Amino acid sequence: MSAPEPLIGGAGEPAELLLRDVRALDPREGLDGRHDVLVSAGRVAEIGEAGSLSAAEGAETIDGQGRLALFPAFFDPHVHLRTPGQEHKEDIETGTRAAAAGGYAGVLAMPNTDPVLDSAPLLGSVREAAARLARIPVGFLASITRGLEGELLSEMAELAGAGAVGFTDDGRPVESAGMLRKALQYQRLCGGVLALHEEDRTLSRGGAMNEGAVSAALGIAGIPTIAESTMVARDAALAGYEDGRVHFMHLSCEGSVRAVAAAKEAGVRASCEVSPHHLLLTDEDVRTLDTRMKMHPPLTTEPDRLALIEGLRSGTIDCVATDHAPHAREEKEVPFEQAPMGTTGLETAFAALYSGLVAPGHLGLGVLVERMNAGAALFGLPVSRIAAGAPADLALVDLDARFVAGEHGWESRSENCCFAGRSLQGRVLLTVAAGAVAHRDRALVEMVGA
Amino acid sequence: MNHLLSIEDLDRAGIERIVTQAERFAEVSDREIKKVPALRGRMVLNLFYEASTRTRSSFELAAKRLSADVVNFAASGSSVEKGESLKDTVLTLSAHKPDAIVLRTPWAGAAELVSRWCGAAIVNAGDGKHEHPTQALLDVYTLRRRLGAIDGASIWIVGDVAHSRVARSDILAFQKMGAKVTVAGPPTLIPRGIEQLGCEVRYTLEELDTADVVYALRMQRERMSETWVPSLREYATWYQINGRRLKPNQVLMHPGPVNRGVELSGEVVDSPQAVITAQVEAGVVVRMAVLYELLAGSRGEAAESPASEQAGELLGAARAGGEA
Repeated sequence: MSAPEPLIGGAGEPAELLLRDVRALDPREGLDGRHDVLVSAGRVAEIGEAGSLSAAEGAETIDGQGRLALFPAFFDPHVHLRTPGQEHKEDIETGTRAAAAGGYAGVLAMPNTDPVLDSAPLLGSVREAAARLARIPVGFLASITRGLEGELLSEMAELAGAGAVGFTDDGRPVESAGMLRKALQYQRLCGGVLALHEEDRTLSRGGAMNEGAVSAALGIAGIPTIAESTMVARDAALAGYEDGRVHFMHLSCEGSVRAVAAAKEAGVRASCEVSPHHLLLTDEDVRTLDTRMKMHPPLTTEPDRLALIEGLRSGTIDCVATDHAPHAREEKEVPFEQAPMGTTGLETAFAALYSGLVAPGHLGLGVLVERMNAGAALFGLPVSRIAAGAPADLALVDLDARFVAGEHGWESRSENCCFAGRSLQGRVLLTVAAGAVAHRDRALVEMVGA
Repeated sequence: MNHLLSIEDLDRAGIERIVTQAERFAEVSDREIKKVPALRGRMVLNLFYEASTRTRSSFELAAKRLSADVVNFAASGSSVEKGESLKDTVLTLSAHKPDAIVLRTPWAGAAELVSRWCGAAIVNAGDGKHEHPTQALLDVYTLRRRLGAIDGASIWIVGDVAHSRVARSDILAFQKMGAKVTVAGPPTLIPRGIEQLGCEVRYTLEELDTADVVYALRMQRERMSETWVPSLREYATWYQINGRRLKPNQVLMHPGPVNRGVELSGEVVDSPQAVITAQVEAGVVVRMAVLYELLAGSRGEAAESPASEQAGELLGAARAGGEA
C-alpha cells in the first residue's frame, strides 16, 4: 500500500510570473537582497539580480520597485477548518482562502470536527473534498483517541496509511498518562507526530480566562498557567521514556517554555508552537470581556508573553501556528463566560506579528519568516524555499502598507478575530501556493492596474 | 450617567450624589402614602436570569414608589427556556420601549453587553460573580447612616470572596469612600490576585478586632460539594462571626439571606450591632435614587458623566484598536 500524498488540494494553473526587483528574503537559503524572481510552470525558474530577468511572453510582471518583500510562503500546522459538521463556522474552501490571504501555502487541519476525524473512510472523504475545494494544500491530523474521548486509540496505522499527517486530540488533552504512553508506543508502528493540547483539566475546569489579577477583578473563574506547564512536563517525560516524537501545541506561558527547553536539553524529540495572539496580547485585553479575546489556552500575563517572544527568538519555540478557530457570530455574541473558545488568525498572523514584534525591533524579520514556515518540517513535510528549481510557494508582502484588520471583511466565514479593528502594518499582496496563484490582494490589483 | 454597570463607573462624588438622593427618598418611605410622581409614565423592566426575591422586589418597590410602570420578566418559564439568546430576548423586550432595564444574570459583563444592544438605561443587578453595584451603594448608604463617615474605617469582608459579586463591588465602593478594606476567608475561596484591587488579604480572623465593620458573606451550601472547604462545620469553626469574635463596638453587615449557624451565629444576627435589616430597608431607597439618577436626575449632564465617557472609550477602542 503506497501512502497518499500528505498534502492535498490547491492545485491550480501553474503560475507564469516575473517578480521584478523585490526584496527576496529566505533565511534558510541565505537570501536577502533585491532580486528578480522568475516563476515558470509553477516553479522558481531563476533568481537574478534586480532588473536582469525578463518574463516570457504571456507571463505577468509585478514590479516590486525594490520595496515589496518576497518570502517563502508560510505554513500553519494548526488550523480548524470545521469540516465536517461545523460548516456554519468555516469550511475547507473559506478556511484555505483565508490562509492564502495570509500568505500561507500549506495548513494542517485539526480533527475535532463533528464527527471527529478518527477513521480512514472519513479521512478519505475530507481529503476528497479538499482535493476539490482547497485553495492551498491541506494536510489532516487524525485523532489520537476515538471520538477524542481519551479511552481507546484511533486506528492510527490505518489512518496513517490513508494520509493522516499526524495525530492530535486538540481541543482536549490526552488526560490519562497511560493512554498517551500507549499512543507513543504505537507511534513506532504508525509514525506521525503526536501533537498535544496540554491542559490538566482538574486545574482548569470551570475557568474562562487566565487566573490572575484580571480574573480576580472580573469575578471570572481563572485557569492557572500550571494547568498547561505541568502537562507539558509530564508528557515530555513520557515522550522521553518511549523515545516518541511529540509536538506541544499553542504554548501560552513561561512555565511551558521552560519545560520544553528542559525537554529539548534532555534530548526529548519535542517541538512546539506559539500563536500570534499569545505573542501579542495579554489578559489585560480581556478586561472589556470582548469574546474575541476568549481562547484556549487563555491569554496570559505580560511576563508570560515576554517569555514566549524570547522562546521564539531563541528557537526553543520552533514555529508560529495560528490555531485559527472560527466561530459563528451568534456563538460569540453572548456573555463572555458562555462564549466558545477561539479566535481566527490566518488572515492577520503575519501583519500582526510584523507590526507588534518586528517593526518595533523585538524580533528580526528573518527570524519571523523562518518561524512562520518552519511548521512544515516539524511534520516531515517540505519547507517552502526561494530557490531555483523549487516549487513556487511564495508570499509577496508590502511591509509599509497599513490597514485596519477586517476593514474590508474577511475571507474566513467567521469574523471572530482578536485583532479585528486594529491598525496593522505589512500586507500580503500575492500568495503563490504549490505553483499556482492562490491569493491576489485588492491593493495589488489597484497597484498593477494603475 | 447613562447606565449603572459597575462601581468602577462611579467616582466618590457620584456615589455620594446617589446616597444623598437616597436619603431624601427615605423620607418618602416614612410617609403614609409612599409614592412620588418622579417617574410617572416611565417603564422599568426587571429582567432576571437568576432566582432573586429580594433584589427583584426591592427594584420593583423602588420603581413603583417613583410611580414608574414595572414589568417583571423572569427567564424561567419564558422564551429563554426555548433557547432564545440573551441578545434576542433583549431586542424583543426593547420593542416595548422600556426606559430602564434592571438585569440580573449569571454571566460577568452581561449588563455591559446589553447596554450596547438597546437604548434603555441598564442597571446591573448582578452579573455573575463580577459586580452588584446597587448592593454596594446600599451598603455605603447604611454605613454612612451608622458611622457618619466611612473615611479611615477598617472594613473586613469575611467569607467566600471568590464567588461573591457583592465582595467585588464593596471592595471598590468602600475604598472609593476612603475605607481600608481587608478580605478574609479560606485560602481556597480568596481569588489569586484580589489584592491588586487594593485590599489586604488574611486567611484567619486573628486580627478581626482591628475592624470597625465586619461584613460577612453568604456561605453557599453548594460550595461544599465542590470541596472548596472540607465541611461547613470546619468553616464555621474558623470563620463564623459569633459573640466571641464580634466586639461590642463593631458594626456587622451581611447581604442576605443569612445562614444562621454557618457564617453568622444567631446571637450576632439579633444583636444591636447588626445592621442587616437596615441594609434591606436601604435597598429600596438607594434603588429609587439610582433609577431617579438614570431616568430623571441628570439627563442633561449625561454626556459628561463618567459612565458615558467610559462607554465612549470602549467603543473607540473596539473601532480603532490601538497598536497590536
